[in-house]
Amino acid sequence: MKAFAQLFLSLDETNKTNEKVKVLKDYFNTVPDTDKMHMLALFTGRRAKRQINSTLVRNWAIEASHIPAWLFEESYHVVGDLAETMALLMPQSDASSSKTLTEWIAEINALNDKTEERKKEWLMDSWAMLDSQERFVFNKLLTGSFRVGVSQNLVIKALADISGLEPAVLTHRIMGSWLPETYQFSQLMAEQDAEANISRPYPFFLAYPIQETSEKQKTPAEVGIALGDASDWQAEWKWDGIRAQMIKRGGEIFIWSRGEDLATEKFPELHLFLNALPDGTVIDGEILSFQNGLPMPFNVLQTRIGRKNLSKKILEESPVAVIAYDCLEHKGEDIRYKSQTERREILEQLQTETRYSEVFRISSLIQFESWEQLGSIREQSRAMIAEGIMLKRKSAAYQVGRRRGDWWKWKIDPLSVDAVMIYAQKGHGRRADLYADYTFAVWDGDKLVPFAKAYSGLTDAEINKVDYFVKRNTIEKFGPVRTVKPELVFEIGFEGINKSTRHKSGIALRFPRILRWRHDKPKEEADTLESLKALLGE
Amino acid sequence: MAKKPLLEFTDRGIYCAQGKFYIDPWKPVDDAVITHAHADHAYWGHKHYLAHHLSREVLLYRLGEINLQTVEYGEIVHKNGVTVSLFPAGHVIGSAQIRVEYKGEVWVVSGDYKVEDDGISTPFEPVKCHHFISECTFGMPVYQWKPQVQTFNEINSWWRNNLDNGLATVLVGYSLGKAQRILQNLDLFNGKIYTHGVIENTNEALRRNGVLLNPTERITQESSKEEVRKGIIIAPPSSVGTPWMRKFQPYSFGYCSGWMAIRGAKRRRAADRGFVLSDHADWDGLISAIDATDCECVYLTHGYTATFSRYLNEIGFNAHEVHTLYGGEEDPSNLPEGEAPSAGEPEKEVLSFGEDLSEVGGADS
Repeated sequence: MKAFAQLFLSLDETNKTNEKVKVLKDYFNTVPDTDKMHMLALFTGRRAKRQINSTLVRNWAIEASHIPAWLFEESYHVVGDLAETMALLMPQSDASSSKTLTEWIAEINALNDKTEERKKEWLMDSWAMLDSQERFVFNKLLTGSFRVGVSQNLVIKALADISGLEPAVLTHRIMGSWLPETYQFSQLMAEQDAEANISRPYPFFLAYPIQETSEKQKTPAEVGIALGDASDWQAEWKWDGIRAQMIKRGGEIFIWSRGEDLATEKFPELHLFLNALPDGTVIDGEILSFQNGLPMPFNVLQTRIGRKNLSKKILEESPVAVIAYDCLEHKGEDIRYKSQTERREILEQLQTETRYSEVFRISSLIQFESWEQLGSIREQSRAMIAEGIMLKRKSAAYQVGRRRGDWWKWKIDPLSVDAVMIYAQKGHGRRADLYADYTFAVWDGDKLVPFAKAYSGLTDAEINKVDYFVKRNTIEKFGPVRTVKPELVFEIGFEGINKSTRHKSGIALRFPRILRWRHDKPKEEADTLESLKALLGE
Repeated sequence: MAKKPLLEFTDRGIYCAQGKFYIDPWKPVDDAVITHAHADHAYWGHKHYLAHHLSREVLLYRLGEINLQTVEYGEIVHKNGVTVSLFPAGHVIGSAQIRVEYKGEVWVVSGDYKVEDDGISTPFEPVKCHHFISECTFGMPVYQWKPQVQTFNEINSWWRNNLDNGLATVLVGYSLGKAQRILQNLDLFNGKIYTHGVIENTNEALRRNGVLLNPTERITQESSKEEVRKGIIIAPPSSVGTPWMRKFQPYSFGYCSGWMAIRGAKRRRAADRGFVLSDHADWDGLISAIDATDCECVYLTHGYTATFSRYLNEIGFNAHEVHTLYGGEEDPSNLPEGEAPSAGEPEKEVLSFGEDLSEVGGADS
């Protein structure tokens, strides 16, 4: 654990990519192989099952810190991170543990069948054995999220440097479900991939946005200058569903979401068609809810994500289908190296052969002669329930991760509304102890009705200004939330709007974020609930 | 009729009606008693100032020609029948708590303070009183300082490491207090100490006041960049990211502040290293200091006043929040540009005597 705690500290102590890679390499070169795999699992978001629920951990931490619960909560809002709050509040300690990361994780996992009393005893003893930095990473192990300011790409870079393997190969080898207890470091680093894990997905290829900010609209002519001849490109609608990879191998099927969650059981409607695919097939596509052959807005699909049990009612109300984009594996061969056009032919062939064309759909190609023409087709996106247009270079291979060059997304402008900030709350992580999460309202008669929360879109300097305003214009405090004098107006962008019975305003927005601070607008000129509802299109 | 309290909180500052003087007022008044020379406590424009001897030269340097009377700790001054005396606050060199007594009733205004002995400021001394007016900049239990020797060990080995890796070392801290505390605790076997002009001006003022500081060298246009890169550079927060600082690249840049105790605050600053070093009392320090006064009533002027007063009341103190213009609840580096710094220290300094301001603004030479 000392080495793992030191790794965290060292990563925190530099902002330079090269140094972070060096720190990661140093770690890999010093700890036992099993620790390496555990670290890799944690840094790539593969968290072990939580053995003590976080309320209990929190309560016991409060006990160990000898402070009242309300003071613990206030501290949490200042720190913005639970594991760190607990580590800071416990009495200082000079103890230090020589157990390895592997040993600690094994102890945590062994709590599975223990009584609450035993768990508490173990946790209190463990805290007493650790110094504060060790406690911090230990608390992270217990409570989850490992956001360490190190991207998976950096970890892969360090491993690639050590092994001499291509980063893309390593990225592929750590995809899907594997356990640090059984996946050996030597397997990961082997020259030849002996791995026969039939569920393993390929790394997703992700498009780069053509408009990097919503303020600077690119014209079709500019797109043309950047991308060249229109005939080199394939265009499709950009669908708003769940990006997924569907695998049929060895008689079994697997559905992976982009977040590398195995979601096979969540989509029973897709099983028939997947089972009917030839063995050794991997398809990349988008899962959407459909009705009468038409895609439905994302919020319909959203109602069934996250449900443990899919009731008959849900399956009837929001049945899903796949819009297939690509074929990555065919007859057991990895065909990602083939061109977009060649892979498209194979995909079309597979789709023609299916008996389940209602659920196994294909992303139709948009016919266009010029960028101008495509630009005007793009205007119809919202009517198509699409987010815009995808552009794929016909000659390009299927690559790894988000990169510039061959795949571009050309999204339509978000919808937007001018709204007044009325509540503020402190942020997390690097925005801890700053008022950085806001609730916005629009006018309903002479009342301001809250309709959206947003925390992204402002620069650090702007956040400082808003924070300064909030601290000097607080009307009331409700726990961590402050009611703020309604004065500041912001333009709020969002991708979609739907009716909602759960919200006071009667509407729910998709991806609300701050587009800009409207210094020029007095609060009286903010938009109305009526004008928002008009966007519902009813 | 209720008796008028000896000290009141007014829109000009803390006021003693009986003695007709203010303590750390933020608007011009006739008679001001000053706890220490930081900008949010020592404002310009009063007709008469009373402060500690060791604040003398810094006050004159910062405020220009003022009518200033200075005293020793414990020395008694009478103001219209009210007894005024200064006691060490341990915050920076020359910082004082103000003790005010009238007809047996004693009030103490803490100004800013810390309880750890930093080796250069006269150590904090608890003063018994009936009413204690205290700061609580770090009045949250997540703020607990390690002994400074540990932090300086970290700083010195970081400096050593930078030298080994061919990096210049830039350490950032406020020009009055933090900068001197740092330079007194550096390992001079590592190399020489170079200072930004704003810090060196403060050093010179303190030396004029008879304070013995480690040798430092002002960075000027004539300074050899190569030589400076072999030492350590002490710079004020206002120099971060300026061309002045960039000319020492490649460097590692460290930030010394109590706010560095929180990872998020440290990441926000984008410093290579954050060293937890504060001239304010930490959570335990505040509670022990308040406890040691045996006061009947404690008033909290700035910092996490709401949380801290609630907690003090729960553990048996009689605590109240009061509103002042001393450092707000925020980390000063989060303030929007151009706003008056509040917590503790000026980000930008007023250079009097017509000195060149370009250095402060960070214009490259």
